[in-house]
Amino acid sequence: MSSPIRLLDAKTGTKLRLTKLEVTGVLRRRLLDLGFVPGNVVEVLQKSPLGDPTAFRVNNTTIALRKEESGLIFAELLEV
Amino acid sequence: MMEKTIALAGNPNTGKSTLFNALTGLSQHTGNWAGKTVTMAAGHFEYQGQAYRIIDLPGTYSLYSNSTDEEVARNYIILEQPDVTVVVLDATSLERNLNLALQVMEMTNRVVLCINLIDEAMRLGVRIDVAKLQERLGVPVATISARKKIGIDGLLEKVGQVASGQLIPEPAPIVYSREIEEKIKMLEPHVVRLLGNRFPPRWVALRLLDGDTDLISTLKSPAGAPAAEAGEVMQLGNASCH
Repeated sequence: MSSPIRLLDAKTGTKLRLTKLEVTGVLRRRLLDLGFVPGNVVEVLQKSPLGDPTAFRVNNTTIALRKEESGLIFAELLEV
Repeated sequence: MMEKTIALAGNPNTGKSTLFNALTGLSQHTGNWAGKTVTMAAGHFEYQGQAYRIIDLPGTYSLYSNSTDEEVARNYIILEQPDVTVVVLDATSLERNLNLALQVMEMTNRVVLCINLIDEAMRLGVRIDVAKLQERLGVPVATISARKKIGIDGLLEKVGQVASGQLIPEPAPIVYSREIEEKIKMLEPHVVRLLGNRFPPRWVALRLLDGDTDLISTLKSPAGAPAAEAGEVMQLGNASCH
């Protein structure tokens, strides 16, 4: 098991297990509601042409996050 | 005979409005995109001699008041206290959908879970164990396809039993960490003293621990009294979505 990295730094196509959210307030609640819960698996789908935002797949749903958010979410890379 | 009230809650795009239309024969606009229902529609229907008023709440992922539509849905369930709240879930992504179901189950025990898009799930090879869900969650569960009008009678059967009090669901309690449980215990008597038993004290205590201090003023204000008129309901819902 690797040490946690920011979702922001994860490569396209990789899958990660969420470990920690440092997002606070209303946005934290929102991310939790959408499935960004520690223990859950997230797949990095693709970056937008300009590099931001990035699409992630969580709970069978595609969700785009900006750098401001994905930089505050930590996860462990899963072996494929 | 008294008309019973049903509220339809659910994530965006789970087919709440399709179910609403199937039950009322109305053509409340439905569409295949999220956050489409920004006002609450009300309709009427009868089943086995019982008259029902049904409210289509805005589709939300949560009821923790991140946005106006969530607040509208939450306030309706807490302030209006419908006879039954039907939580419509997407059979193809139950995990995410159950988040909202658990939130509603903390607010009221008069809940029926309605797993929609069962035809779609079967096509994808998803099997739903209704008996196990009912046992684990403590509330009645029905599977339907609102679009193909499959399972509607089974759903209404359960809704009728809860509305009439023939069936009193006992939602499985959600137990938090010891620290939080202790704080809930400390807060609950104060909540009861302040608001009486009109609102679920445990749920109010949890919201306070969540830092939602606005809630208390909402519950104490005259607006916290049940608003009987549909017009008022529509007005509340007149906000844009997220």
